[in-house]
Amino acid sequence: MVKKGEWVRIHKIILEPSERAPQVPDDTKQVPLEMWDKGFLQADANIGDEVTIETVTGRKETGTLIEVNPYYEHDFGKFVPELLAIDKQVREIVFGGDKS
Amino acid sequence: MTKPNDYNSVMARKAEIMLKSVGIDYSKFESGSIAFDYEKMMHETGYSLEEMQKIQYSVGVGNTPVLELRNITELARKCAPAGKGARIFMKDEACNPSGSFKARRAANAVYHAKKLGYKGVIAATSGNYGAAVASQAAIAGLKCIIVQECYDSKGVGQPEIVEKARKCEALGAEVVQLSVGPELFYKFLLLLEETGYFNASLYTPFGIAGVETLGYEISMQFREKYGKDPDVVVCTNAGGGNLTGTARGLAKAGASSKVVGASVNLAGLHMASDSHFNRKSFTTGHTGFGMPFTSWPDRSDVPRSAARPLRYMDRYVTIAQGEVFYITEVLASLEGLEKGPAGNTALVAAFSLAQEMDRDQMILVQETEYTGAGKHIQPQLSFAKDNGIEVLFGDPADEIPGKNIILPSHPSLIKARDVDLDHIRRSLIKTAINTYKVQPTEADIAFLAEETNSSVEFVRETLKSL
Repeated sequence: MVKKGEWVRIHKIILEPSERAPQVPDDTKQVPLEMWDKGFLQADANIGDEVTIETVTGRKETGTLIEVNPYYEHDFGKFVPELLAIDKQVREIVFGGDKS
Repeated sequence: MTKPNDYNSVMARKAEIMLKSVGIDYSKFESGSIAFDYEKMMHETGYSLEEMQKIQYSVGVGNTPVLELRNITELARKCAPAGKGARIFMKDEACNPSGSFKARRAANAVYHAKKLGYKGVIAATSGNYGAAVASQAAIAGLKCIIVQECYDSKGVGQPEIVEKARKCEALGAEVVQLSVGPELFYKFLLLLEETGYFNASLYTPFGIAGVETLGYEISMQFREKYGKDPDVVVCTNAGGGNLTGTARGLAKAGASSKVVGASVNLAGLHMASDSHFNRKSFTTGHTGFGMPFTSWPDRSDVPRSAARPLRYMDRYVTIAQGEVFYITEVLASLEGLEKGPAGNTALVAAFSLAQEMDRDQMILVQETEYTGAGKHIQPQLSFAKDNGIEVLFGDPADEIPGKNIILPSHPSLIKARDVDLDHIRRSLIKTAINTYKVQPTEADIAFLAEETNSSVEFVRETLKSL
């Protein structure tokens, strides 16, 4: 059970595939237009329930409850060895590497 | 009475919603034919340069440093013909409050919104502009909603856009995230209507005029420090506001610097395609925006865009994704500056163009942007590899966007590729005729000559060939 007043994330379908704009490419036409937003839960609910939230601007938005206390997980990615090769090359060209 | 909120009904209310949310009656500038009075629009609804500087300085925007990239200049000279290799400079716009030059646009838009009594601002952007509006709204005490295209249909977010969402939230904004598609505009209109907030569009006269201070500053800083204006100013080009505002500012300073636009080549990738979305390693500054907005500016979220880059471009070049990643690493490695990749698009072009110029000449990259988790070459390259994009060393000329990223195997392989501006000029003229379906008047022909930075003769020739 998620309590009223908790900070949550919701998901909502804005346009079904059949409602998509005529100019969108075929692959995009096959999927719905989806929306995600965050706010304070307006009544006790469970994950997967249709809920109402109040966003930081004071707006009410409805959607499916998907996350409580949502947080970011983006990072600096995995090791990219090519970057070290670039460093070595350009330092060699400009400063002569170990020879200088 | 509740208005119908289906797609077609909302789009049909577009003009009415726009008028309320921007506060500009664009019909005042229309001729009833192809032409409209661009300068009158900029004059009546914009701010003077002095007013804009005052507004921006009061919120910590502008006066960013110009850095000379001596080691990158040295690297370019090692690749250049004897005696060639202009001095390369960079204006460190990442020093603005929100980490990019977009703070200049946002400062004016938010100031204007507050002056008109709006309680909040909304912007539709997946880029740095979101953070800029959120930052300025925070200072002004206005509410802020940023609408961004962030995820594909599998729920996978572009790391750079996810980071921008985080930053907007950190600055107090509500971030409405959507999956891929141009119908973002539909949700944007609904939000404007629901809240009555100001549309802090990137393309209003005050937004574009906000960048004029950048062009003016460049000239003043160079004259003070080096005794003359830079010979060439390179602007990363997407929607055209950066280039337009900078060029107008340079002109107001009386500078005769050549203005070059640069975009990352993403040819073959469709901007509204769900499956292509995460095969792009660039979310802005690319040809997917640069080409359509240069050849037809009035495709933005306002009736008449104040960003009209073709009027001000002396040259337009494209560069490859692999070249931007490479130069971003070089900037860190040789200059000790870690900046976001998108802002370095112009640096690739400058590195190449400097090699055509004499050593006593100066070329300036007029922006940098902040970097951080997601918005950095390492996560972008790592994300590309995870999406099946091959990352290899070779000749960037062979790069196929969406398939591979080719890092130059040697810096001498970095080459800015010229776009045929006459082709874009003809395209704009053709679109004007197809859009307005009128027999062009003399005023229209003069207008099209200005729009395309060409001549009345060029316009007449093109019209004859249609």
